[in-house]
Amino acid sequence: MLDELREKCKQLLANGTVQVVIGYGQPAEAGGVVPVFITTPEDAQQLVWNDQCFANLTKYLLRSEIKALGKAAICVKGCDERALVVLERESQIDRTQIVVIGLLCDGVGQPRLPKCEACDVHKPRAADVLIGQPPADGQPLPAEQRYAALAAFLRKTPEERIAYWMAELSRCTKCYACRQVCPMCYCRQCIADKNRPVAISTSATLKGNFAWQITRAFHLASRCVGCDECSRVCPAGIDLRLLNLSLAQAAEKSFAFRAGMDPAAEPVIGAYREQDHEEFIR
Amino acid sequence: MSQPSDFQPKIIAYVCNWCTYLGADLAGTNRLEYPANVRIIRLPCTGRIDFNLLVKAFEMGADAVLVSGCHPGDCHYTAGNYHARRRWILFRQLLETMGIDSRRVQFSWISAAEGKKWQQVITEITEKTQELGPYAAYREICQAGG
Repeated sequence: MLDELREKCKQLLANGTVQVVIGYGQPAEAGGVVPVFITTPEDAQQLVWNDQCFANLTKYLLRSEIKALGKAAICVKGCDERALVVLERESQIDRTQIVVIGLLCDGVGQPRLPKCEACDVHKPRAADVLIGQPPADGQPLPAEQRYAALAAFLRKTPEERIAYWMAELSRCTKCYACRQVCPMCYCRQCIADKNRPVAISTSATLKGNFAWQITRAFHLASRCVGCDECSRVCPAGIDLRLLNLSLAQAAEKSFAFRAGMDPAAEPVIGAYREQDHEEFIR
Repeated sequence: MSQPSDFQPKIIAYVCNWCTYLGADLAGTNRLEYPANVRIIRLPCTGRIDFNLLVKAFEMGADAVLVSGCHPGDCHYTAGNYHARRRWILFRQLLETMGIDSRRVQFSWISAAEGKKWQQVITEITEKTQELGPYAAYREICQAGG
Protein backbone atom coordinates (compact mmCIF):
# COMPACT_ATOMS: atom_id res chain seq x y z
CA MET A 1 0.00 0.00 0.00
CA LEU A 2 2.86 2.37 0.86
CA ASP A 3 4.66 1.73 -2.43
CA GLU A 4 1.44 2.29 -4.27
CA LEU A 5 0.95 5.61 -2.45
CA ARG A 6 4.49 6.83 -3.13
CA GLU A 7 4.34 5.75 -6.76
CA LYS A 8 1.04 7.49 -7.36
CA CYS A 9 2.20 10.71 -5.74
CA LYS A 10 5.44 10.58 -7.70
CA GLN A 11 3.44 10.33 -10.90
CA LEU A 12 1.12 13.18 -9.97
CA LEU A 13 4.08 15.45 -9.28
CA ALA A 14 6.12 14.29 -12.27
CA ASN A 15 3.39 14.81 -14.83
CA GLY A 16 2.49 18.17 -13.37
CA THR A 17 -1.04 17.28 -12.30
CA VAL A 18 -0.27 18.77 -8.90
CA GLN A 19 2.49 20.93 -7.49
CA VAL A 20 2.29 19.71 -3.94
CA VAL A 21 1.24 16.54 -2.17
CA ILE A 22 0.05 16.93 1.40
CA GLY A 23 0.66 13.69 3.24
CA TYR A 24 2.21 11.99 6.23
CA GLY A 25 5.95 11.70 6.70
CA GLN A 26 8.41 10.39 9.24
CA PRO A 27 10.40 12.97 11.18
CA ALA A 28 14.18 12.54 11.01
CA GLU A 29 14.37 12.09 14.76
CA ALA A 30 11.95 10.73 17.31
CA GLY A 31 8.97 8.64 16.42
CA GLY A 32 5.52 9.44 15.24
CA VAL A 33 4.36 11.01 12.05
CA VAL A 34 4.36 14.61 10.85
CA PRO A 35 2.58 16.32 7.98
CA VAL A 36 4.79 16.68 4.92
CA PHE A 37 4.43 18.85 1.86
CA ILE A 38 6.07 17.11 -1.07
CA THR A 39 6.87 19.25 -4.07
CA THR A 40 9.27 17.09 -6.12
CA PRO A 41 8.77 13.55 -7.47
CA GLU A 42 11.95 12.32 -5.74
CA ASP A 43 10.66 13.41 -2.34
CA ALA A 44 7.58 11.20 -2.69
CA GLN A 45 9.76 8.55 -0.97
CA GLN A 46 9.28 10.48 2.26
CA LEU A 47 5.59 9.65 2.41
CA VAL A 48 4.49 7.12 4.99
CA TRP A 49 1.27 5.41 5.89
CA ASN A 50 0.95 3.64 9.23
CA ASP A 51 -1.19 3.47 12.32
CA GLN A 52 0.25 6.74 13.59
CA CYS A 53 -1.32 8.77 10.80
CA PHE A 54 -3.92 10.35 13.08
CA ALA A 55 -3.92 13.87 11.74
CA ASN A 56 -6.64 15.31 9.59
CA LEU A 57 -4.59 17.14 6.98
CA THR A 58 -7.46 18.98 5.33
CA LYS A 59 -6.80 22.03 7.48
CA TYR A 60 -3.67 22.71 5.44
CA LEU A 61 -5.67 23.18 2.25
CA LEU A 62 -6.97 26.43 3.70
CA ARG A 63 -3.55 27.88 4.52
CA SER A 64 -2.41 30.62 2.18
CA GLU A 65 1.20 29.42 2.16
CA ILE A 66 0.03 26.01 0.98
CA LYS A 67 -2.33 27.48 -1.58
CA ALA A 68 0.61 29.50 -2.90
CA LEU A 69 2.41 26.28 -3.82
CA GLY A 70 -0.15 25.52 -6.52
CA LYS A 71 -2.60 22.71 -7.09
CA ALA A 72 -2.53 20.21 -4.27
CA ALA A 73 -3.09 16.53 -3.80
CA ILE A 74 -4.09 15.54 -0.30
CA CYS A 75 -4.02 12.22 1.52
CA VAL A 76 -7.23 11.60 3.40
CA LYS A 77 -8.71 8.79 5.41
CA GLY A 78 -12.44 8.20 5.20
CA CYS A 79 -13.05 10.35 8.27
CA ASP A 80 -10.91 13.20 6.97
CA GLU A 81 -12.75 13.16 3.70
CA ARG A 82 -15.92 14.19 5.49
CA ALA A 83 -14.17 17.47 6.30
CA LEU A 84 -13.57 18.03 2.57
CA VAL A 85 -17.28 17.60 1.94
CA VAL A 86 -18.17 20.27 4.49
CA LEU A 87 -15.43 22.62 3.32
CA GLU A 88 -16.60 22.35 -0.25
CA ARG A 89 -20.19 22.90 0.81
CA GLU A 90 -19.07 26.05 2.62
CA SER A 91 -17.14 27.27 -0.44
CA GLN A 92 -13.78 27.03 1.27
CA ILE A 93 -12.21 24.72 -1.28
CA ASP A 94 -12.62 24.12 -4.97
CA ARG A 95 -12.80 20.38 -5.34
CA THR A 96 -11.78 20.58 -9.02
CA GLN A 97 -8.49 22.13 -7.93
CA ILE A 98 -7.64 19.33 -5.52
CA VAL A 99 -6.65 15.74 -6.13
CA VAL A 100 -7.94 13.61 -3.31
CA ILE A 101 -5.87 10.55 -2.50
CA GLY A 102 -8.09 8.30 -0.46
CA LEU A 103 -6.41 5.92 1.96
CA LEU A 104 -8.42 2.87 2.89
CA CYS A 105 -8.16 2.79 6.62
CA ASP A 106 -8.99 0.23 9.22
CA GLY A 107 -8.42 2.53 12.14
CA VAL A 108 -5.30 4.19 13.52
CA GLY A 109 -3.58 4.22 16.88
CA GLN A 110 -2.32 1.58 19.30
CA PRO A 111 -4.82 0.92 20.76
CA ARG A 112 -7.21 2.22 18.18
CA LEU A 113 -8.46 5.74 18.72
CA PRO A 114 -11.97 6.13 20.13
CA LYS A 115 -13.16 7.64 16.86
CA CYS A 116 -11.88 4.56 15.00
CA GLU A 117 -13.85 2.26 17.27
CA ALA A 118 -17.00 4.07 16.21
CA CYS A 119 -16.02 4.57 12.56
CA ASP A 120 -18.18 3.63 9.61
CA VAL A 121 -16.32 5.49 6.87
CA HIS A 122 -13.28 3.27 6.32
CA LYS A 123 -13.32 4.04 2.63
CA PRO A 124 -13.14 7.59 1.26
CA ARG A 125 -16.15 7.71 -1.01
CA ALA A 126 -15.29 10.46 -3.45
CA ALA A 127 -11.51 10.12 -3.74
CA ASP A 128 -9.86 10.63 -7.12
CA VAL A 129 -7.34 7.93 -6.31
CA LEU A 130 -7.95 5.08 -3.90
CA ILE A 131 -4.98 3.43 -2.24
CA GLY A 132 -5.19 0.13 -0.40
CA GLN A 133 -7.27 -2.98 -0.36
CA PRO A 134 -11.03 -2.60 -0.52
CA PRO A 135 -12.20 -3.26 3.03
CA ALA A 136 -14.82 -5.64 4.22
CA ASP A 137 -18.24 -4.28 3.45
CA GLY A 138 -18.58 -1.08 5.50
CA GLN A 139 -22.04 -1.16 6.99
CA PRO A 140 -23.17 2.07 8.63
CA LEU A 141 -22.84 1.63 12.37
CA PRO A 142 -26.00 2.10 14.42
CA ALA A 143 -26.20 5.48 16.14
CA GLU A 144 -26.08 3.89 19.61
CA GLN A 145 -22.62 2.62 18.82
CA ARG A 146 -21.37 5.89 17.38
CA TYR A 147 -22.61 7.90 20.35
CA ALA A 148 -21.83 5.34 23.02
CA ALA A 149 -19.23 7.56 24.72
CA LEU A 150 -21.73 10.39 24.97
CA ALA A 151 -24.51 8.13 26.21
CA ALA A 152 -22.23 6.91 28.99
CA PHE A 153 -21.42 10.51 29.94
CA LEU A 154 -25.06 11.55 29.93
CA ARG A 155 -25.83 8.91 32.54
CA LYS A 156 -24.27 11.30 35.03
CA THR A 157 -26.63 13.77 36.68
CA PRO A 158 -26.56 17.40 35.47
CA GLU A 159 -24.78 18.34 38.71
CA GLU A 160 -22.10 15.73 38.08
CA ARG A 161 -21.76 16.92 34.50
CA ILE A 162 -21.19 20.55 35.34
CA ALA A 163 -18.79 19.53 38.08
CA TYR A 164 -16.94 17.41 35.51
CA TRP A 165 -16.61 20.33 33.10
CA MET A 166 -15.57 22.67 35.88
CA ALA A 167 -12.76 20.29 36.76
CA GLU A 168 -11.78 19.70 33.15
CA LEU A 169 -12.00 23.27 31.91
CA SER A 170 -10.09 24.58 34.90
CA ARG A 171 -7.04 23.05 33.16
CA CYS A 172 -7.68 24.87 29.87
CA THR A 173 -4.99 27.47 29.25
CA LYS A 174 -6.69 29.04 26.24
CA CYS A 175 -3.88 27.98 23.95
CA TYR A 176 -6.49 27.63 21.19
CA ALA A 177 -4.82 24.51 19.83
CA CYS A 178 -8.35 23.08 19.46
CA ARG A 179 -9.20 25.94 17.16
CA GLN A 180 -5.96 25.93 15.21
CA VAL A 181 -6.19 22.26 14.37
CA CYS A 182 -9.87 22.21 13.48
CA PRO A 183 -10.55 22.08 9.74
CA MET A 184 -13.88 23.82 10.32
CA CYS A 185 -12.37 26.75 12.24
CA TYR A 186 -11.33 28.91 9.33
CA CYS A 187 -12.73 32.35 10.16
CA ARG A 188 -10.25 35.08 9.27
CA GLN A 189 -11.05 36.68 12.58
CA CYS A 190 -12.20 34.37 15.29
CA ILE A 191 -14.84 35.72 17.65
CA ALA A 192 -12.49 34.75 20.49
CA ASP A 193 -10.01 37.33 19.18
CA LYS A 194 -12.58 40.08 18.89
CA ASN A 195 -11.68 42.76 21.39
CA ARG A 196 -13.86 45.78 20.66
CA PRO A 197 -15.95 44.83 22.50
CA VAL A 198 -14.68 41.55 23.89
CA ALA A 199 -17.15 38.83 22.91
CA ILE A 200 -15.59 35.93 24.80
CA SER A 201 -13.84 36.61 28.05
CA THR A 202 -10.17 36.17 27.19
CA SER A 203 -8.93 35.14 30.61
CA ALA A 204 -7.99 31.52 31.09
CA THR A 205 -10.27 31.30 34.10
CA LEU A 206 -13.25 29.04 34.35
CA LYS A 207 -15.51 31.84 33.22
CA GLY A 208 -13.56 32.49 30.04
CA ASN A 209 -12.96 28.81 29.44
CA PHE A 210 -16.65 27.96 29.64
CA ALA A 211 -17.51 30.82 27.30
CA TRP A 212 -14.83 29.73 24.88
CA GLN A 213 -15.63 26.03 24.82
CA ILE A 214 -19.36 26.65 24.52
CA THR A 215 -18.63 28.94 21.58
CA ARG A 216 -16.17 26.60 19.96
CA ALA A 217 -18.49 23.63 20.23
CA PHE A 218 -21.55 25.51 19.07
CA HIS A 219 -19.83 27.09 16.09
CA LEU A 220 -19.16 23.52 15.02
CA ALA A 221 -22.76 22.45 15.49
CA SER A 222 -23.80 20.28 12.55
CA ARG A 223 -20.41 20.99 10.94
CA CYS A 224 -18.03 18.94 13.08
CA VAL A 225 -17.09 15.75 11.27
CA GLY A 226 -15.78 14.06 14.38
CA CYS A 227 -12.10 13.86 13.44
CA ASP A 228 -11.35 14.40 17.16
CA GLU A 229 -8.27 16.44 16.40
CA CYS A 230 -9.29 18.97 19.06
CA SER A 231 -9.19 16.32 21.77
CA ARG A 232 -5.98 14.84 20.42
CA VAL A 233 -4.04 18.10 20.42
CA CYS A 234 -5.38 19.46 23.71
CA PRO A 235 -2.30 19.77 25.95
CA ALA A 236 -4.59 19.66 28.98
CA GLY A 237 -6.16 16.42 27.82
CA ILE A 238 -9.72 17.76 27.89
CA ASP A 239 -12.16 15.43 26.20
CA LEU A 240 -13.70 18.00 23.87
CA ARG A 241 -15.08 15.13 21.84
CA LEU A 242 -18.06 14.87 24.18
CA LEU A 243 -19.24 18.36 23.31
CA ASN A 244 -18.88 17.73 19.60
CA LEU A 245 -20.63 14.39 19.89
CA SER A 246 -23.56 15.93 21.68
CA LEU A 247 -24.16 18.44 18.92
CA ALA A 248 -23.62 15.84 16.23
CA GLN A 249 -26.16 13.62 17.92
CA ALA A 250 -28.66 16.48 18.19
CA ALA A 251 -28.28 17.18 14.46
CA GLU A 252 -28.75 13.55 13.63
CA LYS A 253 -31.71 13.05 15.96
CA SER A 254 -33.59 16.19 15.00
CA PHE A 255 -32.60 16.63 11.39
CA ALA A 256 -31.30 13.22 10.28
CA PHE A 257 -28.07 14.96 9.38
CA ARG A 258 -24.47 13.83 9.65
CA ALA A 259 -21.86 16.38 8.69
CA GLY A 260 -19.83 15.53 5.63
CA MET A 261 -21.64 12.31 4.80
CA ASP A 262 -23.78 13.46 1.91
CA PRO A 263 -22.42 16.25 -0.30
CA ALA A 264 -25.94 17.02 -1.52
CA ALA A 265 -27.57 17.24 1.92
CA GLU A 266 -29.00 20.57 2.99
CA PRO A 267 -27.03 21.98 5.92
CA VAL A 268 -28.76 22.15 9.31
CA ILE A 269 -27.77 25.71 10.14
CA GLY A 270 -28.81 28.13 7.45
CA ALA A 271 -31.85 26.13 6.47
CA TYR A 272 -35.11 25.32 8.24
CA ARG A 273 -38.36 23.45 8.04
CA GLU A 274 -41.65 24.89 9.17
CA GLN A 275 -42.32 21.65 11.00
CA ASP A 276 -39.05 21.63 12.99
CA HIS A 277 -39.92 20.46 16.47
CA GLU A 278 -40.62 23.05 19.14
CA GLU A 279 -42.08 21.18 22.10
CA PHE A 280 -39.67 23.11 24.34
CA ILE A 281 -40.98 26.52 23.31
CA ARG A 282 -43.79 28.07 25.33
CA MET B 1 -35.41 23.05 47.82
CA SER B 2 -35.78 25.67 50.50
CA GLN B 3 -34.66 29.15 49.62
CA PRO B 4 -35.12 32.36 51.53
CA SER B 5 -38.49 33.62 50.37
CA ASP B 6 -37.07 37.06 49.71
CA PHE B 7 -34.80 35.75 46.95
CA GLN B 8 -35.40 37.94 43.94
CA PRO B 9 -34.07 36.23 40.82
CA LYS B 10 -32.54 38.21 38.02
CA ILE B 11 -34.10 37.23 34.73
CA ILE B 12 -32.81 38.43 31.40
CA ALA B 13 -35.28 38.41 28.52
CA TYR B 14 -33.87 38.69 25.03
CA VAL B 15 -36.81 39.68 22.91
CA CYS B 16 -37.37 40.55 19.31
CA ASN B 17 -38.28 44.07 18.35
CA TRP B 18 -41.41 43.22 16.40
CA CYS B 19 -43.46 40.79 18.46
CA THR B 20 -42.40 40.06 22.01
CA TYR B 21 -41.18 43.56 22.73
CA LEU B 22 -44.52 44.92 21.59
CA GLY B 23 -46.26 42.20 23.57
CA ALA B 24 -44.44 43.37 26.67
CA ASP B 25 -45.31 46.93 25.77
CA LEU B 26 -48.95 45.95 25.45
CA ALA B 27 -48.83 44.34 28.87
CA GLY B 28 -47.63 47.71 30.15
CA THR B 29 -50.25 49.82 28.42
CA ASN B 30 -52.93 47.39 29.61
CA ARG B 31 -51.64 47.77 33.18
CA LEU B 32 -51.01 44.03 33.43
CA GLU B 33 -48.77 43.50 36.39
CA TYR B 34 -45.80 41.17 36.12
CA PRO B 35 -42.72 40.65 38.30
CA ALA B 36 -40.10 43.35 38.04
CA ASN B 37 -37.39 40.68 38.06
CA VAL B 38 -37.18 40.66 34.32
CA ARG B 39 -34.70 42.81 32.44
CA ILE B 40 -35.73 43.19 28.85
CA ILE B 41 -33.11 43.39 26.15
CA ARG B 42 -34.50 44.22 22.75
CA LEU B 43 -32.86 42.87 19.62
CA PRO B 44 -33.98 43.08 15.99
CA CYS B 45 -35.00 39.44 15.69
CA THR B 46 -34.62 36.10 17.45
CA GLY B 47 -32.49 35.15 14.45
CA ARG B 48 -30.03 37.75 15.71
CA ILE B 49 -29.85 36.37 19.21
CA ASP B 50 -26.40 34.93 19.49
CA PHE B 51 -26.15 32.14 22.06
CA ASN B 52 -23.09 33.99 23.39
CA LEU B 53 -25.55 36.49 24.78
CA LEU B 54 -27.12 33.72 26.83
CA VAL B 55 -23.75 32.79 28.26
CA LYS B 56 -23.06 36.47 28.85
CA ALA B 57 -26.29 36.84 30.80
CA PHE B 58 -25.24 34.05 33.17
CA GLU B 59 -21.79 35.60 33.48
CA MET B 60 -23.43 38.86 34.50
CA GLY B 61 -25.37 37.12 37.24
CA ALA B 62 -28.64 36.09 35.63
CA ASP B 63 -30.54 33.31 37.34
CA ALA B 64 -32.62 32.56 34.27
CA VAL B 65 -32.77 33.65 30.65
CA LEU B 66 -35.76 33.94 28.39
CA VAL B 67 -35.52 34.16 24.64
CA SER B 68 -38.72 35.18 22.96
CA GLY B 69 -39.84 36.19 19.51
CA CYS B 70 -42.56 36.06 16.90
CA HIS B 71 -44.67 32.98 16.39
CA PRO B 72 -43.65 30.80 13.43
CA GLY B 73 -44.85 32.43 10.25
CA ASP B 74 -44.97 35.90 11.81
CA CYS B 75 -41.31 36.89 11.59
CA HIS B 76 -40.81 40.44 10.37
CA TYR B 77 -37.86 39.14 8.38
CA THR B 78 -39.84 36.12 7.15
CA ALA B 79 -37.72 33.35 8.62
CA GLY B 80 -35.48 34.67 11.41
CA ASN B 81 -37.40 32.76 14.06
CA TYR B 82 -37.24 29.51 12.08
CA HIS B 83 -33.46 29.80 11.89
CA ALA B 84 -33.33 30.65 15.57
CA ARG B 85 -35.45 27.64 16.46
CA ARG B 86 -32.99 25.28 14.77
CA ARG B 87 -30.11 26.76 16.69
CA TRP B 88 -32.03 26.46 19.96
CA ILE B 89 -32.70 22.79 19.30
CA LEU B 90 -28.96 22.18 18.98
CA PHE B 91 -27.95 24.58 21.71
CA ARG B 92 -30.20 22.92 24.26
CA GLN B 93 -28.37 19.65 23.69
CA LEU B 94 -25.04 21.35 24.32
CA LEU B 95 -26.37 22.84 27.57
CA GLU B 96 -27.57 19.38 28.53
CA THR B 97 -24.15 17.85 27.99
CA MET B 98 -22.40 20.63 29.87
CA GLY B 99 -24.78 20.19 32.76
CA ILE B 100 -26.01 23.76 32.50
CA ASP B 101 -29.47 23.91 34.03
CA SER B 102 -31.85 23.89 31.07
CA ARG B 103 -34.74 24.93 33.35
CA ARG B 104 -33.03 28.29 33.49
CA VAL B 105 -33.01 28.77 29.74
CA GLN B 106 -36.52 29.30 28.45
CA PHE B 107 -37.92 29.98 25.03
CA SER B 108 -41.27 31.37 23.97
CA TRP B 109 -43.23 32.81 21.10
CA ILE B 110 -45.13 35.92 22.18
CA SER B 111 -46.85 38.09 19.62
CA ALA B 112 -47.50 41.83 19.76
CA ALA B 113 -51.08 41.05 20.76
CA GLU B 114 -50.16 38.69 23.60
CA GLY B 115 -49.62 41.08 26.49
CA LYS B 116 -51.42 38.57 28.64
CA LYS B 117 -49.12 35.74 27.62
CA TRP B 118 -46.11 37.90 28.42
CA GLN B 119 -47.48 38.48 31.88
CA GLN B 120 -48.05 34.75 32.36
CA VAL B 121 -44.68 33.66 31.03
CA ILE B 122 -42.74 36.16 33.13
CA THR B 123 -44.74 35.31 36.23
CA GLU B 124 -44.19 31.59 35.74
CA ILE B 125 -40.47 31.91 35.05
CA THR B 126 -39.99 34.16 38.04
CA GLU B 127 -41.80 31.78 40.36
CA LYS B 128 -39.99 28.78 38.96
CA THR B 129 -36.61 30.49 39.31
CA GLN B 130 -37.47 31.50 42.83
CA GLU B 131 -37.96 27.82 43.60
CA LEU B 132 -34.69 26.91 41.91
CA GLY B 133 -32.81 29.55 43.84
CA PRO B 134 -29.77 31.53 42.71
CA TYR B 135 -27.73 29.93 39.95
CA ALA B 136 -24.90 29.04 42.29
CA ALA B 137 -23.03 26.78 39.87
CA TYR B 138 -22.54 29.48 37.28
CA ARG B 139 -21.60 32.03 39.95
CA GLU B 140 -18.92 29.62 41.05
CA ILE B 141 -17.69 29.31 37.46
CA CYS B 142 -17.48 33.07 37.13
CA GLN B 143 -15.68 33.59 40.40
CA ALA B 144 -13.06 30.86 40.04
CA GLY B 145 -9.54 32.18 39.65
CA GLY B 146 -7.20 31.13 36.85
